[in-house]
Amino acid sequence: MASKPQVGVLALQGDVDEHIAALERAGATARAVKTRAALDASDALVIPGGESTTVMKLLDRFALVDPLRARVRAGMPLWGTCMGMIVMARAVAGLEQPTLGLLDVSVRRNAFGRQNDSAEVDLAIPAIGEKPFPAIFIRAPWIESAAADVEVLASFGGHGVMVRQGSLLGTSFHPELTADPRVHRYFLEMLAP
Amino acid sequence: MEQKGTLTVKRGLAQMLKGGVIMDVVTPEQAVIAQEAGAVAVMALERIPADIRAMGGVARMSNLELIRSIMDAVTIPVMAKVRIGHIAEAQVLQALGVDFIDESEVLTPADDKFHLAKNDYTTPFVCGARDLGEALRRIAEGAAMIRSKGEAGSGNIVEAVRHMRAIGDGIRELTVAPKEELVARARDLGAPLDLVTYVAEHGKLPVVLFCAGGVSTPADASLMMQLGAEGIFVGSGIFKSNDPKAFSKAIVAATTHYEDPKAVVEASLSLGRDATAMDGIDLRKVPESELLASRGV
Repeated sequence: MASKPQVGVLALQGDVDEHIAALERAGATARAVKTRAALDASDALVIPGGESTTVMKLLDRFALVDPLRARVRAGMPLWGTCMGMIVMARAVAGLEQPTLGLLDVSVRRNAFGRQNDSAEVDLAIPAIGEKPFPAIFIRAPWIESAAADVEVLASFGGHGVMVRQGSLLGTSFHPELTADPRVHRYFLEMLAP
Repeated sequence: MEQKGTLTVKRGLAQMLKGGVIMDVVTPEQAVIAQEAGAVAVMALERIPADIRAMGGVARMSNLELIRSIMDAVTIPVMAKVRIGHIAEAQVLQALGVDFIDESEVLTPADDKFHLAKNDYTTPFVCGARDLGEALRRIAEGAAMIRSKGEAGSGNIVEAVRHMRAIGDGIRELTVAPKEELVARARDLGAPLDLVTYVAEHGKLPVVLFCAGGVSTPADASLMMQLGAEGIFVGSGIFKSNDPKAFSKAIVAATTHYEDPKAVVEASLSLGRDATAMDGIDLRKVPESELLASRGV
């Protein structure tokens, strides 16, 4: 790419600063997105970790649901970490929770348990290299079921925890909390034509 | 390899709560109202601080059946309070499975000298602080999150402002202090040198910093975020107002868009003409012995 991609990080709630710092370490220009105007100025978007019920309500309250869906359907790359993956999903297993319905998967929330079961795991992700990735799972979701064209890039405990469908990426864990830039780089490579 | 209860996953949960509002609730129904309004977590209590203050006597860990019913009612994280230094109450809340434990001055302290050794637990802890030294002592003991103490249940923001400014000033002073002063600064702060050095180098605490103690209006939430809070605890401010549903939604909106006065106007207008925030207390008229913030320093 000629110029650095402008990556937005949805900043209604969650670990926004951590993603901005990680994206910049990986070679992008990143900034917080709270408004329609900031969304329109972004080449790609990350939905960070946080609380999915909170962020879905705020997207709705601040009229960002339709503009966000329209941008993604027009091809804007989107990556959700943990809460972000829940918000992107088609459905939440066992709950009547509204979502954006962009990533064609059903996710199970708090799938590993409550906070006491949150864990650091050495995770095999062949798509980013041989060395295991230090994956941090916090009250994390997993992929309960996925459409045929969803590629499972990593699994843990028998369930998908990193998936890709075209220009959409979802991770159950938090690469932004580690110093390892490989998953952020993987996402930035998805932006290249 | 899988490691649970590490510093990273404990501090990490607090990072996921940033930019959000954590609400005190005393029933499962209130917890659902809080979740519907967009709360990122709830604090399960038998009584909100304003009522604890009014009742006097000894305030203890809440009824476990009540806490469990609140955990069953919502999908967001559930926090609960233990008395300062009460090892067994903390063990019990961890075994019950709450997501975060608040070692809180709002309850009557169990130990008048020592806080919990919070690194011993899998469950993360949040603790109150009035200044940087207190914050760093709690982090040294293992707190994964810090909140200002403010003055809980007072409906008066002045103490929270004082504490948030004191923490911020303490941090800013360290960032410009010459290296050779850091050992003496650590001695004066009563905090370990490694944490003092971290703050001097990074210009922030190594854990998330929220505001608590006195937030009652959308503008209060915006004020505290502008003073450096990374999120807001609202105790009595919601369920002591005349319209908890409206106040909870408005305080969430004002926290999200704290830097945009127009958004705070909109949040405040959404409360309507009849909105009345909780009654406040002039803290200059409260005897020193009744102030909660001086417990556990």
